[in-house]
Amino acid sequence: MKILTSWLREYVPGIQASDRELADNLTLRGIAVEGVFDLGPDGSLFEMDITTNRVDAMNHYGIAREAAIVYNLELVPLSASCNELSSRAEAERSEAAVEGPAVSAFPVSIEEPTLCGRFTARVLRDVKIQPSTGIVAERFGLLEQKLISNAVDATNYCTLAIGQPTHVFDLDKLEGGIIVRRARRGEKLRTLDGIERTLDPEDLVVADEKKPLGIAGVMGGWDSMITADTRNVLVEAAWFDPTTVRRSSKRHLLHTDASHRFERGADFNAPPVASALVSRILLEAGGHQIGALTDVIIPEVQARTVKRSPIIFSLGEVRRILGPTEDPEGITASTAETILSGLGCTLAKNGHTSPHPAGSAPSLDPSRAVIIESVHSPTSDPQSYNVTLPSWRLDLEREIDLVEEIARVYGYNRFRNTLPAFAGSVVELPHAEKEATVRRTLLALGWTEAISSTFCAAADAALFSSQPNSAVPMGNPLSEEAGMLRPSLLPGMLSMLLLNLNRDVENAALFEMGTVFSGSPERVDEKPALAIGATGNPFTEAEVTFYDLKGTLEELLGKFSSRSLYFDNLQLPSWLHPARSARAALDGASVAWFGQLHPAEAERRKLKQTVWIGEAYLDRLYKHKLRQPVICELSRFQPVQRDFSLLFPNWTSWGSIEERLRSLELAELRSFKPQEILREGKAIPAGHFSLLLRVVFQLQDRTLRDDELQQFSQAIVAAMESIGGKLRT
Amino acid sequence: MHVSEIASGDIPPLSGYSEDQLDKAFAAISGEVEASSAALSTPEAIEAFRLQWLGRKQGRLKAISDAWLKSAPAEARKLIGQRFNTLKAEIEQRLEHASSSHGAAGLDAEALASKRIDVTLPGARRQLGAEHPVIRTQNELLAIFARMGYSVSIGPEVETDYYNFESLNFPPGHPARDTQDTLVIAGQDRKPLRDRLLMRTHTSPVQMRTMEQHPPPLRIVIPGKVHRNDAADATHSPMFHQLEGLCVDTNITFADLKGTLDHAMKELYGSSVRTRFFPSFFPFTEPSADVQISCPFCGGSGCRKCKHSGWIELLGCGMVDPSVFEFARLKQPAYDPKKISGFAFGMGIDRIAMMKYGITDISLMFSGDLRFLEQFA
Ligand SMILES: [Zn+2]
Repeated sequence: MKILTSWLREYVPGIQASDRELADNLTLRGIAVEGVFDLGPDGSLFEMDITTNRVDAMNHYGIAREAAIVYNLELVPLSASCNELSSRAEAERSEAAVEGPAVSAFPVSIEEPTLCGRFTARVLRDVKIQPSTGIVAERFGLLEQKLISNAVDATNYCTLAIGQPTHVFDLDKLEGGIIVRRARRGEKLRTLDGIERTLDPEDLVVADEKKPLGIAGVMGGWDSMITADTRNVLVEAAWFDPTTVRRSSKRHLLHTDASHRFERGADFNAPPVASALVSRILLEAGGHQIGALTDVIIPEVQARTVKRSPIIFSLGEVRRILGPTEDPEGITASTAETILSGLGCTLAKNGHTSPHPAGSAPSLDPSRAVIIESVHSPTSDPQSYNVTLPSWRLDLEREIDLVEEIARVYGYNRFRNTLPAFAGSVVELPHAEKEATVRRTLLALGWTEAISSTFCAAADAALFSSQPNSAVPMGNPLSEEAGMLRPSLLPGMLSMLLLNLNRDVENAALFEMGTVFSGSPERVDEKPALAIGATGNPFTEAEVTFYDLKGTLEELLGKFSSRSLYFDNLQLPSWLHPARSARAALDGASVAWFGQLHPAEAERRKLKQTVWIGEAYLDRLYKHKLRQPVICELSRFQPVQRDFSLLFPNWTSWGSIEERLRSLELAELRSFKPQEILREGKAIPAGHFSLLLRVVFQLQDRTLRDDELQQFSQAIVAAMESIGGKLRT
Repeated sequence: MHVSEIASGDIPPLSGYSEDQLDKAFAAISGEVEASSAALSTPEAIEAFRLQWLGRKQGRLKAISDAWLKSAPAEARKLIGQRFNTLKAEIEQRLEHASSSHGAAGLDAEALASKRIDVTLPGARRQLGAEHPVIRTQNELLAIFARMGYSVSIGPEVETDYYNFESLNFPPGHPARDTQDTLVIAGQDRKPLRDRLLMRTHTSPVQMRTMEQHPPPLRIVIPGKVHRNDAADATHSPMFHQLEGLCVDTNITFADLKGTLDHAMKELYGSSVRTRFFPSFFPFTEPSADVQISCPFCGGSGCRKCKHSGWIELLGCGMVDPSVFEFARLKQPAYDPKKISGFAFGMGIDRIAMMKYGITDISLMFSGDLRFLEQFA
């Protein structure tokens, strides 16, 4: 929103501060000036950023009121009279011109009293529709606001001046009096933007006896708009229910200046003032008012807004919530009283009848009587007040709202910086250490952490879901590719690997730890997961293989305590190569799947080199405790190493060899490993492979004897033979 | 003294065989050894020194030993022998010392030179993976608040309207909801508004979830991923990360909020950083504030990072709105806004990371692009 300082200064004469100082002072009080642009002799233009709760400050008069509080100055009151002159530009207007013959007031009927609390209508006859001149043209020029015609500009000027939206109708297009009612089902209205709209029975409309004239508080209608031929005008200034305006605005995708203000709560007292301001501007070009102002007020709405009951405010609450100030005196009664009355509140000390300070509050409505009745409050705080709230601040409803106003106007930076005492202790999340261990292990093994999108395409969701039809669709997705909540981290992992390959980064090892989702619109389950993905030769000069991933998982899963960890190729998901992939099971439960991406998938995704991926269910892993190191006493006796050169049929897996060796339950067998495997070569018969098995024997309490070693070796050879192995000679 | 002179020197006579006399005689030879070892700066000189003293045939030590032992009475030979051993050890030590500073003893210098390696070639690095800048920044922030007594709390990324909005004082139909464009889960229309599922737009729902579980006093920080239906640009992403804080107790004041954040920012950016507070608006806090820190990059004098203002806006915060406590009170009666008070604050982890590392495009952080990520290794 743009603000002219010359306009502000007209409302608060006597500001000594420069425009820049004014900008800083307003900003410190939450009326944020984002930019100051020098207009030379015309002062400055402020670019404002007003928070959504402060609709009262979204106009020149509202900001002038804040400036008046800052410098403790008087605010020039506004006139609600059509023939009273308040602006210099209007000073030459003669009073006679605006007096019309006595005619009865224009008929207005409000059928929805809870939705339209006030409606004013004023009839101006013999007006001249022409381009704006004088101060309106001048200020619109500085604000770079488009000039349309004196009638339309007058309503826009009024919004800029005091924030009250108004509307002008071509009176001759109206058939009968004004009726404020709900739209009828199927009723049509062509709005000012030229669009023909079908109204909803929930819409509030301003209508005449025959047809709707506009969507209340949102936008007027095309057929009754001001044209160059308009001679007679009806000026509308009203108060509409915020929620109703908001709903209509959303329903018709019509966010207008008017709806923006009404939906945040307009000033109930402003319509007569606004009507007068618009009329004065219009009448400058000629014409006269006919009859008195029609002003229909719904008392129930008035009671909820402008006449809402006073609230109790105590200095004790100010101190309890805000705490100590730099100034040791703190916020005194007189400071609080000055601030609140500056804002337009009327204060009565609790139990006393004299208002404080009577009538000093600037008001849009000069006729507003400041009468405070004594309210007996249950609180015995001697420094408590009954505070009557200003009509333009519907955001003020509770004591805390006033505490905030005190802090805001007093200045946030005048409070001390203190640290609260604390006797509690810091509690770790149950899985924090486990999560840190997973991350630390992967980083140490050379995997780089990445973060990808929370969403994925429907096809990927189907492919990577662990249960069919369990992926959760978005109601308003960011794009088609982001239509589903990710059921797996792998779609993201694959697109990250693809991105790297497409940018000629050919070696990559990435991991992601994040949430995966499953369920239905009724209920969405979230689980922590881990994805790994590698391609090229990210670790060494050699190309990454299945065993790099397996080694990583062995290392990672080995950080957790379990009775058993094994790998097999059961229940492989469809996205994995069926012959080059595995499942990892911890105590019998699947915790991870990994291997080569299925070649069909790789081709579909245009991945130009082999990609290895895997996913782990961290929720299952986290059910296991972290493994605690247990010290095994070091043996003082020499270990003995023995190598066995064996031939096996190709179908023999290392897993079966391993299992057979373990089944010997030889305590002296300290370790064993496949030292070398040759699939082809001299003296390797077809359909066989050669295995160099290396075993280590050791005892804790003595050296092994030769005859024992002999016996163990025989046992091993016999065991190998029992599963099809043959000792090579 | 020249080597050849010593080599041809005479054998000094022994004046007697008392220990005292022997010590004196050996001290003289030791002096000779020391003098002749002064210039052992080349492998050639070392070799000459070795031959001069320890040479099998012409070695001076052997010559002296032969001469002295031959003439000595039997009872003195042991004493002389001991002293020769000591002297021999001394000579060997000098040789060893000289050799160790000039390549391995006895090894041919040329052979060593032939093994020369190029020490300027790159080292064989076993690369660690790179920590993600967001996670790294998040951990740093959590550590700072842990030192101030804050425990970590987390919550779901898919929330109900009740926790994301209603219980945080965003009533249905309130304009404040417009400021947080929401991504919603499909198929929610039939449900009551408060049960509808959406992607949380902030980490603040975890405030309410934690209060419902734990009575005051409470000090928590909440890190997490949040989503908004925002168009992506260099500084906005539909997905980002927040760190939220909540402190509730009796007598928690706005001054405590100021002090806490001032302290945390000094821990994060150094003790010379200053903070200043501006009134703002958030439905779930009152009073609400935006916090600026003096620019840690230019010290406040103005630079590109602070858009030449000397200040950077980094946080939103405020005193917990009593109506939020009223919602918490539905499950935990101790949250009586008349008896307790509290503050809450929130910051964008991504934004802090971007500022810290000079990242100009937020989308880089969520692309997996290794050329970017590897820089954090
Ligand atoms: Zn700077």
